[in-house]
Amino acid sequence: MSSFWSAWIIVLTLAFLVGIIWLLRWTMTNFTGIKEGELMDHEFDGIVEINNPLPRWWMILFWVTIVWGLIYLALYPGLGNFQGLLGWKSSNQDVQSIEESRAATEEAREAGLIVQYDREMRAAEERFGPIFEAYAKQPIKELAQNPDATEIGKRLFLQNCAQCHGSNAMGGKGFPNLTDDAWLYGGSPEAIKTSLLEGRQGQMPSFSGQFNEQQITELATYVLSLSGRKVDPELAQAGKQNYAVCAACHGQDGKGNQQLGAPNLTDNVWLYGGSQDAIEETLKNGRRGVMPAWEDILGEDKIHVISAYVYGLSND
Amino acid sequence: MSQTNPQQIEYNLKVVRQFTIMTVIWGIIGMALGVWIAAQLIWPELNFDTPWLTYSRLRPLHTNAVIFAFGTSALMGTSFYIVQKTCRTSLFSDKLAAFVFWSWQTVIVLAVITLPLGLTSSKEYGELEWPIDILIALSWIAYIIVFFGTLVKRNTSHIYVANWFYGGFIITVAVLHIVNSMAMPVSFVKSYSIYAGAVDAMIQWWYGHNAVGFLLTAGFLGMMYYFVPKQAERPVYSYRLSVVHFWALISLYIWAGPHHLHYTALPDWTQSLGMVMSVILFVPSWGGMINGIMTLSGAWHKLKTDPILRFLIVSLSFYGMSTFEGPMMSIKSVNALSHYTDWTIGHVHSGALGWVAMITIGSMYYLIPRLWGQTQMHSVRAINAHFWLHTIGTVLYIVALWISGVMQGLMWRAVNAEDGTLTYSFVESVEASYPFWFIRFVGGLFIVAGMLLMAWNGYRTIKAGKPTSETIDVAPREAATPSA
Repeated sequence: MSSFWSAWIIVLTLAFLVGIIWLLRWTMTNFTGIKEGELMDHEFDGIVEINNPLPRWWMILFWVTIVWGLIYLALYPGLGNFQGLLGWKSSNQDVQSIEESRAATEEAREAGLIVQYDREMRAAEERFGPIFEAYAKQPIKELAQNPDATEIGKRLFLQNCAQCHGSNAMGGKGFPNLTDDAWLYGGSPEAIKTSLLEGRQGQMPSFSGQFNEQQITELATYVLSLSGRKVDPELAQAGKQNYAVCAACHGQDGKGNQQLGAPNLTDNVWLYGGSQDAIEETLKNGRRGVMPAWEDILGEDKIHVISAYVYGLSND
Repeated sequence: MSQTNPQQIEYNLKVVRQFTIMTVIWGIIGMALGVWIAAQLIWPELNFDTPWLTYSRLRPLHTNAVIFAFGTSALMGTSFYIVQKTCRTSLFSDKLAAFVFWSWQTVIVLAVITLPLGLTSSKEYGELEWPIDILIALSWIAYIIVFFGTLVKRNTSHIYVANWFYGGFIITVAVLHIVNSMAMPVSFVKSYSIYAGAVDAMIQWWYGHNAVGFLLTAGFLGMMYYFVPKQAERPVYSYRLSVVHFWALISLYIWAGPHHLHYTALPDWTQSLGMVMSVILFVPSWGGMINGIMTLSGAWHKLKTDPILRFLIVSLSFYGMSTFEGPMMSIKSVNALSHYTDWTIGHVHSGALGWVAMITIGSMYYLIPRLWGQTQMHSVRAINAHFWLHTIGTVLYIVALWISGVMQGLMWRAVNAEDGTLTYSFVESVEASYPFWFIRFVGGLFIVAGMLLMAWNGYRTIKAGKPTSETIDVAPREAATPSA
């Protein structure tokens, strides 16, 4: 904030509070020319007013809150750029990237400033960090057998993952079920952890430019036949003619490719619905799946524990 | 300057009658919508799988209907009544007053159509799209002209305190509405706010909180300052208290908006200022309550027999409670617990149902017989029944949401001491809220039942009477120099 606006705020605020004080002092005196306790010399539709003094306790309360307000504004940021005598901040509000945030946190720590968010995070890190550090040293498979660790993992999952994958981790349309054996990017402990750390970007392109309605219907029928669903064999056969395009990612046998996150089409597990219509929609419009990266949010140690919980869901 | 022939002036009560009837009708509609969406929280299938009836569209319709249809119709009607009576003059312009009524009702009907269609600027309490915003501005400017024009041609030397509050409310709402609604239209039904990011949020809550402060507080204090002394037949307790609490209230309120954005991207200094002013605001807010309740001194026994006075005085108690609660909730460390929980909704409704609705209902029970040539309502027992239905409903509502709000806040922040993970997932706090949402729904049923009783009582009263015509003899203004 420029010093002009800072001065503007300071002057406006203090002048306003002075005005309130003046108002209170003025109405504490009997400015009316009428004796206290007597009626004012005007009447409105039968309503008259008594010239009673301000209730004493109310007046004291007013003074107390004003004085408190001034003290607060001296201690905490409020008057423009004046940071307050305590040097308190809620957080480093002006940072615009994680790097800037880290630098500002470091800087504030060295300068001994009270940045509340940083302090709380650091206190939590100091207290709970070692617990997760110890867990992170154990292999995920082993950790998945440790009920204490999976309970923690479950709570972290419910806080951070359940919004998309559901409280029971069974997902929903567009959000993978984590309790079955179908894995887009692999179900090994390492693959799961990588998905969590780095996130994933799923891309199914749109084929409406390449194929006409009839061809899309045929392709969808063929895709359905891959997982053993009952379909019109002629349509499926016709669809197979064009399947080579799909095979580039989903494989000739339709078993998918976990390197690319291309789903297995033979297991009858459908991320966006397994009806003829849903598959045609997928083919026509394409799909985009996004798993966010969590490393910067939760840190590797906590992700290790969540990975163990997720791994345990399908590997009891 | 003296004149021997007194002038005869007829009050415009027609527009007051129109607003009075619409206040009751919109009250029923707005509150019934509230009960419906309260039920949807428990039984989501009550949206009947139609987009027009989803919670997300009916909720803004509920808030618009109760604030701008019920509340504002009540304010417009009573302000036109009070400004005439206390200034001993007729309205500045009957035609403009009629325009205020019809344009305002058009705004509300357009809200009833567009909000369920999903047409929204998505600004809370300012959802209506830009063509309706322009109509609101026109209607409001007409309102300003009628109200202040009437004040100017008054036949009294001073301006009564009720009119200060109405005047403050009317001017400020115009400013708030115009600044907050600034938007770039992209089509007839869609526009985007000209503000961005944290500035947009701050403008939104500067508007939002002052809609509460000026419309739902200052405006209704104007109502209180007329109907409480009239119904109690007692002098107003303290003129000087009304001076200090009026000026302090309207000047402090305008700073308080940032307390809606604690611990957000809003700069720390803005948050602090909003909090400091909100806490100081507690004292002048109570000034109004003291002045209203103390006006009853010497007439407390009337509460035993007069259900209208009971509505008015209990409304002041709720006003005192919620204006204590609000400043407490604006303190950052309290807000850290209360923000985003049901506590906020409970707080708003202790103001809306306890203060705004009760002062309005009491005032309507005072007005209806007087506007239709009667001495009292058709059934005083029904007023009493309404009082109890409304009070019980409000208490059920507030208490249920206090409990669920504090519970949600505590559940969200509960941390396992061993590993630092949060104890509860969000959905567990939702699950735990259901019983309280049911109690809130029942409270709402009580309130709507009371409003239906009022509609019946009002209908019988109006049917038994006929529109009052009231004239007064006024000598031209004695003193030429006006003073406040």
